Amino acid sequence: MAAARQHARASDANIGKTIKESLGDRLFLMTIYVSLTLVLIVVLYPLIFILSSSFSSPQAVSAGKVWLWPVHPSLDGYITVLKNHQVLMGYANSLFYTLCGTFISVCLTVMVAYPMSKKTFFGRGPLMLFIVFTMLFSGGLIPTYLIVKSMGLIDTRWALLIPNAIWVWQVIIARTFFKMSIPEELNEAAEIDGCSDIRFIFRVVLPLAKPIIAVLALMYAVGQWNAYFDALIYLKSQSKFPLQLVLRSILILNNATGNVDASEMVRRQQLVELMKYSLIVVASLPVLVIYPFVQRYFVQGILIGSVKG
Amino acid sequence: MGLAEMESSESWEGITLNTALSTVKSRTTSRQGSKLRTAAKRSIRRHWQLYLLVLPPIAFFIIFKYMPMANAVLAFKDYNVLQGIWGSPWVGTKYFALFFSNPAFEVLIKNTLYISFYQLAVGFPVPILLALALNEVNGSRFKKTVQMVTYAPYFISTVVMVSVIMLFLSPRLGIVNTLANALGFESINYLGEPGLFRSIYVFSEVWQTMGYSAVIYLAALAGTDPSLYEAAKVDGASRFQKIVNVDLPGLMPAATIILILSVGNIMAIGFEKMYLMQNPLNLSTSEIISTYVYKIGLLNANYSFATAVGLFNSAINLILLMLVNAFARRVSDNSLW
Repeated sequence: MAAARQHARASDANIGKTIKESLGDRLFLMTIYVSLTLVLIVVLYPLIFILSSSFSSPQAVSAGKVWLWPVHPSLDGYITVLKNHQVLMGYANSLFYTLCGTFISVCLTVMVAYPMSKKTFFGRGPLMLFIVFTMLFSGGLIPTYLIVKSMGLIDTRWALLIPNAIWVWQVIIARTFFKMSIPEELNEAAEIDGCSDIRFIFRVVLPLAKPIIAVLALMYAVGQWNAYFDALIYLKSQSKFPLQLVLRSILILNNATGNVDASEMVRRQQLVELMKYSLIVVASLPVLVIYPFVQRYFVQGILIGSVKG
Repeated sequence: MGLAEMESSESWEGITLNTALSTVKSRTTSRQGSKLRTAAKRSIRRHWQLYLLVLPPIAFFIIFKYMPMANAVLAFKDYNVLQGIWGSPWVGTKYFALFFSNPAFEVLIKNTLYISFYQLAVGFPVPILLALALNEVNGSRFKKTVQMVTYAPYFISTVVMVSVIMLFLSPRLGIVNTLANALGFESINYLGEPGLFRSIYVFSEVWQTMGYSAVIYLAALAGTDPSLYEAAKVDGASRFQKIVNVDLPGLMPAATIILILSVGNIMAIGFEKMYLMQNPLNLSTSEIISTYVYKIGLLNANYSFATAVGLFNSAINLILLMLVNAFARRVSDNSLW
């Protein structure tokens, strides 16, 4: 509240040199500060609660003693998670899918977005329509499943890498970026010097396009890391399951199998309950740790997508 | 808005191309037409590498997007594994009739629409309000903190999100019930109450996405002409009046586009979260078209029927999108195309 008043005074000093803020305006601003603080608490509290629970003892979590800070701090939950074979395999699989999937997706996206950004590319209008139409209408789940099946991709790792490799929205973002930041004259000059298109792409376009490639890669990577639907419908063998499917079976279906290392039934159950919190932290960690650093790129991505193309 | 403008410019190009091509057809001697063709030929000869480059992505779209569309004829056939999609016998609209006369039809449509409109009613205004509020505290550290924190849940996966909901609302150990017990209330199995399901779905969705959705509005606000604010100040407008008369009109283009897209997707409510949140107790309000298609089609292997239901859903969506877009174009300057 004090901060709010202080700020009101500060902005008063900045803006209101000629016209002073009225009492009504100050009250209004205060209401805004209070509501935003409430929003902040509502969003932050569940996150803190999960983090604190994950570092508490199994007994404290089961007895519902955790409110804000860890109770009887312990690493039991994390130790249980790290001992779980299923989780480790899922983690490794997800790393693989994320790395390979992101690479394939970014390549394909640039391959189609760059040519379409050039005025000299004949038929780019119809091609864009051809691509955007897939955003508006789709054949549906079963027909797509049958195509993937007929290509022999069911229960292969390719099923998670290929069928959803290109997101139309990403193509739009990339194309807009290329259009805005790579001047046509640059290409003409290179052409006169006898530089081929492929060489131009590797030598000029890609170095200039680092920011957009970062945006594309991050968006695809987060999408791939968090996805479970394709794995649910296309994969059968557990050894290929990505982390999210493993999470589903432990967190939602309550099938914590195997090495929960405890003799008593009660203790075992308490551990499973605690392990859920630790698992949530471990699974979200890669994305949330890089998030503060990449937030800027994400915002940029959204903005480029909304700029006139 | 980006899509809109891009779309319009593209279709404009498409039209010029079409008129050019029709000129070619009607008057083959037309200089314009032959010019166009030579230009195309020259472009392809000169930039053949670029045309080669787009082939794999085009193949991707044909195989994984357009071939499924063609395969949707399955909805009009009796699928038989041995004969394949094209060899199976035609049955006309048998499966559509089956779906419309199915007692599940009414429930599915009702659940899908109810939850979509609920989602729209809450999920559409909240990010706008958040952006307007954040814009008022511009330049402060506080703004950055709120923005960063509200944005973060967007990156949590659906599986984790649903398990967080389940952990918090668990009748035995969930913190919500522990709190209720401490205050003297009985425990409630929230996810087992069909009446509460929609609210849980919608508000958790808003919790997760409001920060992300606000970004686009914040950008629109940042782009508002500063002279408008100065004029408002000179005219003695209060903060609230400034929001209503300057900020809101500045948001309108972005808001219209997002509203069109949301209404166009009203029947396409996400499978992923809904499926995970379902349990036998809440199924009467949580079963929607997409989860039904999955169960009927992939779990029960009733391919033709599921395809018919899915096709019906996609078609309604496309029609809705076009209607809303046409409406928006008539009443405002903002539309997708």
